[in-house]
Amino acid sequence: MNAPSHAVSDRLYRNRRVRNAIALGLSGLATLFGLFWLVWILWTTLRTGLGAMKPGLFTRMTPPPGSDGGLANALFGSAVMSLGAILVGTPIGVAAGTYLAEYARKAPIGEAIRFVNDILLSAPSIVLGLFVYTLVVRTSGHFSGYAGALSLALIVLPVVVRTTDEMLQLVPGTMREAALSLGVPQWKVTIQVLYRSALPGIVTGVLLALARISGETAPLLFTALNNQYWTHDLSQPMASVPVVIFQYAMSPYDSWHALAWAGAFVVTLFVLLLSLLSRAILLRNKASHD
Amino acid sequence: MAANSSVITPAITAAIVDADRRSARDARADRAFRWIVTAAGIFVLLALACAALSMLRGGREAFSTFGLGFLFSTEWDAVNHHFGALVPIYGTLVTALIAMIIAVPVSLGIALFLTEVAPDWMRGPVGAAIELLAGIPSIIYGMWGLFVFVPLMGEYVSPWLDAHVGALPLVGPLFTGPPLGIGMLTAGIVLAIMVIPFISSVMREVFLTVPTRLKESAYALGSTTTEVVWDIVLPYTRSAVIGGIFLGLGRALGETMAVTFVLGNAHQLTASLLMPGNSIAATIANEFTEADSDIYRSSLIALGFLLFVVTFIVLAAAKLMLRRLSRQEGAK
Repeated sequence: MNAPSHAVSDRLYRNRRVRNAIALGLSGLATLFGLFWLVWILWTTLRTGLGAMKPGLFTRMTPPPGSDGGLANALFGSAVMSLGAILVGTPIGVAAGTYLAEYARKAPIGEAIRFVNDILLSAPSIVLGLFVYTLVVRTSGHFSGYAGALSLALIVLPVVVRTTDEMLQLVPGTMREAALSLGVPQWKVTIQVLYRSALPGIVTGVLLALARISGETAPLLFTALNNQYWTHDLSQPMASVPVVIFQYAMSPYDSWHALAWAGAFVVTLFVLLLSLLSRAILLRNKASHD
Repeated sequence: MAANSSVITPAITAAIVDADRRSARDARADRAFRWIVTAAGIFVLLALACAALSMLRGGREAFSTFGLGFLFSTEWDAVNHHFGALVPIYGTLVTALIAMIIAVPVSLGIALFLTEVAPDWMRGPVGAAIELLAGIPSIIYGMWGLFVFVPLMGEYVSPWLDAHVGALPLVGPLFTGPPLGIGMLTAGIVLAIMVIPFISSVMREVFLTVPTRLKESAYALGSTTTEVVWDIVLPYTRSAVIGGIFLGLGRALGETMAVTFVLGNAHQLTASLLMPGNSIAATIANEFTEADSDIYRSSLIALGFLLFVVTFIVLAAAKLMLRRLSRQEGAK
């Protein structure tokens, strides 16, 4: 009487154990699968890119097909346009984040802005490029570095808004109350007390935004276009590393391919360093809070 | 006494006037500050609306010339100025679908591994490594795809699929074709690699919101880890998990550079996933600067508008579903 039911429950138990082991094993495999691509892509980029690095990379201009050159003008263009985008996007983003956290934390308008901001955050970047094209390039009649910087600023903006909003919301309410009860006006409380406490978080947000735009290609294709020569005039078309990578990688020339890999190496290294740096800032901040 | 008060009074009045002036100044500064940050907030709201409107305006010519046929025509003829969006729309949907078929189970596995299976010391570094994958610029995926992955697909995977799966009924036509390497399957796989970190990090975060009490109750009743995940964690986080999947879908639909490199830029409608195709974003990226007529450019902007509308809907749905979980948490 007892034995068969034992056998049944044993079999059930074993089945559940086996199913569990299989599922957990599969989850481990999925993680390995994810890491596998990461390692492969990074390894390819670093190895091929390092092989393509050469002394003239940072000093010589992008070459015509078949001849030798570097990426100086593209690196400069990328740096200038990224800097412009950060300079435009950060103040507006911090201000909008302040509005969300300090003036409209629970208000419907605040919810609406957060909603739109999150959509902007994941919106396809090529669409933002088209927007800036119709807004700036078409009305001014020519491609320009300004248009490129503006389209990158639209990518910076939502990142900074989001981090500022989140970081200000983490500042304890008692800090606001203490400052306000001393008779300090609200704008001073915000700038001298709240920003100081939220600063590491906001800086992290800006760094992450910089990491994102430094590899961004799609919005630059038809705003800043490209330029074979050195220019520091933002009203002219401007070269950028990602666009040059795109152009060179799609070409049939080996020397251009090598330059594209070198550019990819520089961009990847820069992005990885930025993300490590922002992680370090966040960690240090967390440690000092604990 | 009298002499005293005559000395003090002006000083006090001066102090009061000064304080009044200062508080008036503070009030003005407060109003100005409030005004500035409000304007910035409204700016964010308007930016998205302006983007949509300006693209609708830019695509007006294409919409009015081709009407609804723009959505259903497969023709893409720059010489005769006749444009239809069906091929890019089809390519966008198919590549995104392939990406989701691969990415969703893998992301679920990764999130499960990082929240329930891995030992504590492993969770931080492995999680960070997966998120690193999200930080790599999409153009790097594109280059790697074109120079490393495409040759492998062309040499080994495509011929194998063509020979072994291509003969099967039903699914066969999907996997027949020349061993080009580039094509919709390759693009879908590269997209999958790109969206895995997004989906898995959302899933990991929402899995962590499940109250330990619930999980421990299930473990105490003798559940295995798999049963806890299947019967407790997933039902509890269902809407947020779907939200995370939609977030990844939004990315996959709008991704440009990675797809442009490996899709082949061919305006043709084929059932086979091994054949080159086109997507909305890739078409715009490839052809926009070459567009030589107003109607050509307008058609491309109209494509951009379609992409915008579709991603808006997908992302809005994602946001609403993710919000349901946080509201549920707030209600506790």
